[in-house]
Amino acid sequence: MLLQIHEPGETPEPHARERGTAIGIDLGTTNTVVAVVDGEQPEVLRDPAGDGLIPSVVALLEDRVVVGRAAQALRAKHPHRVVGSIKRLMGRGIHDVKALAGVLPYKIAATGESVGMVRLDIAGRSVTPIEISAEILKAVKARAEAALGLDVTQAVVTVPAYFDDAARGATKDAAKLAGLDVLRLVNEPTAAALAYGLDSGAEGVYAIYDLGGGTFDISLLRLQKGVFQVLATGGDAALGGDDFDHVLAEWAIKQAGISNLDSAGAASLLLAARAAKEALTGSERAQLAVTLGGRKFELEIGRVEFEAMIAPLIQRTIQACRQVLSDAGAAPKEVQGVVLVGGSTRVPAVRRKVEEFFGKPPLSDINPDEVVAIGAALQAKALTRGSDTLLLDVIPLSLGIETMGGIVEKVIERNTPIPVAKAQEFTTYQDGQTGMLVHVVQGERETVEACRSLGRFELHGIPPMVAGAARIQVTYAVDADGLLTVSAVEKTTGVKAEIAVKPSYGLSDAEMADMLRDSLVHARDDMERRLLIEARVEAERVLLALDAALRADGALLQPEERSKIDAAIARARAAIAGTDRDAINAAIDLLDRETHPFAQRRMDRAIAQALRGQSLDEVEASMATDPAPEHGQPKRGATAS
Amino acid sequence: MTTRIEDTRAAGLGLAPCWSCKGPVASQALFCHTCGAIQPPGQADHFRRLGVEPAFDIDLDVIEKRYLGFQRAIHPDRFAAKPAKERALAEAQAVSLNEAYETLKDPLRRAAYLLGLKGLGAAIDKDETMRDPELLMEAMEAREALGEAGSVAAVEALQVKAGADALNILSELAKAFARDDLPLANRLTTKLKYLRKYLEETRARRVALEQN
Repeated sequence: MLLQIHEPGETPEPHARERGTAIGIDLGTTNTVVAVVDGEQPEVLRDPAGDGLIPSVVALLEDRVVVGRAAQALRAKHPHRVVGSIKRLMGRGIHDVKALAGVLPYKIAATGESVGMVRLDIAGRSVTPIEISAEILKAVKARAEAALGLDVTQAVVTVPAYFDDAARGATKDAAKLAGLDVLRLVNEPTAAALAYGLDSGAEGVYAIYDLGGGTFDISLLRLQKGVFQVLATGGDAALGGDDFDHVLAEWAIKQAGISNLDSAGAASLLLAARAAKEALTGSERAQLAVTLGGRKFELEIGRVEFEAMIAPLIQRTIQACRQVLSDAGAAPKEVQGVVLVGGSTRVPAVRRKVEEFFGKPPLSDINPDEVVAIGAALQAKALTRGSDTLLLDVIPLSLGIETMGGIVEKVIERNTPIPVAKAQEFTTYQDGQTGMLVHVVQGERETVEACRSLGRFELHGIPPMVAGAARIQVTYAVDADGLLTVSAVEKTTGVKAEIAVKPSYGLSDAEMADMLRDSLVHARDDMERRLLIEARVEAERVLLALDAALRADGALLQPEERSKIDAAIARARAAIAGTDRDAINAAIDLLDRETHPFAQRRMDRAIAQALRGQSLDEVEASMATDPAPEHGQPKRGATAS
Repeated sequence: MTTRIEDTRAAGLGLAPCWSCKGPVASQALFCHTCGAIQPPGQADHFRRLGVEPAFDIDLDVIEKRYLGFQRAIHPDRFAAKPAKERALAEAQAVSLNEAYETLKDPLRRAAYLLGLKGLGAAIDKDETMRDPELLMEAMEAREALGEAGSVAAVEALQVKAGADALNILSELAKAFARDDLPLANRLTTKLKYLRKYLEETRARRVALEQN
């Protein structure tokens, strides 16, 4: 609020969150795209060849890290050092990965632990998916800095709407590791809607069908007068175009009688399958050609055969569409338009099935690979420079707590608008019980095993009471990024558990700190400098608020009182211009003391006026002699009474 | 700061000091009228937060308009570049606003909440039907019929009937609240809650049948 009043260059030290241009990043399973609103229009940042897609592929060589197309090119030479599709492992544990065994071309590091985030074994080095993603984000940051010619430290990063808490947290950690402050995590379909809404000024209910490389999202949004309200969202965090490639590859294995496929061979086969899939978009028949162990295989496949193979996968997406419509209480025909997002929506069978289900041809005027990044850039602009549009998003999956017998009690239902906070009371079930385990789970099913465990913590120090006498209030709070915090308090005694939910599949704070130290990206992040900036910002706020108060109610002061306050203001201004944080804080404390009687007089007058029977509006009108504060928030009389 | 007698008096008059400029501000104001700072959400009930009188029969268009209007002003996205204190207040405001909107837009939650405001908090208790043998009987019969429905068409027929029943209850509920017949409103709310659950079960059953 404060810095908006300064002309550019006038503020000695802009606040950390105000500085520079924020970028929008679509961190995809297969490709990553970065866009920015530099003037008015969003723009995808491209390489010199005009390519906006950065393959989400990382090569961890002995002496350096390579990202993107160059990393892809190293695949044949260093099959064990090149990693792709890492998004599928974000926030995942060992157990999740077992389900994907054989599908993923990575070697999973044996950590000997059954909980915690999965680690990859890359040529003997143990790496987390967060670190790999951070490498991609560093490359993105470098591309943006080169294109814009300035430091980029802030970003809006998109995530699948269906990403759970662990995966969201992991994404934020990866950005931090890359030296990017995440202004907001935005759901991919919502970002896509934002990109479309801007051009068309659309009103009504829209469906966003987003089939990417590794994830599927379906979201239903209502657009009205610039507000994008998500009504319901659903999907499958482990379903995407990569699965089409796998189906084709498996078919080829059977057809050609391929055996003893090593990981390099599997990678080449998958590439060949992807090429065949892409060729089938434009033509009726395609070749799947691959050389394995010196042997050349050439297979021909028709579109009809391919479509039969992937039909069950597409059907799963349609089932999710049905569920989302049912959640929102809407019929397919009420949907005004369907927006296609993600490269996999280029597959003709996908388009056909979507059109059949919604009964109208889908929209795809914006490049489906770039639309999410464009939306992210628009949101980055909205968050840093303001905007007429507003996103109202929801949580994709219900959040619950384990109760007796492994049953899940839902605390926050899916599709609840965020931010949200909900509290529920629990009690002890044994006499003299002094502790309670809170197990936080996410998912729609009724039993703990069928849901995803997000973390557990224990509330200690409950005074011994008979069973059922304690009143333990557990509060779940989800912020605007969709991230969860849980707290618990025993209400009869006030015993609190201030917990950071220990993420079952995330990184501990210690691990994160180690990584940050290792990466050295924050070496220049000077804590003292940060504190100084914060002290200045706070001091500026106090001065501005006081300025508004003096203009409104200055008449309540005697000249000598006023001059004392003016002197304290001058002292505070001088302190702000300097670099001594303690001096700034001391000056503000003094100002606070000097203005205390003024504040009391203002309150007293309002009370006296209210007691004289004036309505509050009249009181406000009489107090607000100035038409409106010139700075900061617009004046608003909005009250709920 | 110590609490003065005047501060307590001010609270009684719906006034509180602004955290930023220390001047008087209406306790339900979103922003200070003097310095423009965003204010904490305060203690208003869900109806007053959205600017309507507590009643079952409310104009949902008005609720929606107010909700979106307030969101435009206080959504955390509007404060992403602001200092932490203001970001936290925006988040607290948005949480209260979402809670109010989610409660009022759904007739079942609105009814249960209104009963709670009027001192009848029992409607959302889990064991309520057990005390109402007639309702228990109805629920058991309905579940039995659903169990026997072997085709999508049969389930659909049950869905249509349950949907019509729900609509009837809603109109009776509005009448009961209008007459201030709270015991009846309480009973109808419980009935609606079970009907809602039953409708969910029919949907699940239908999906299961469709997939086979």
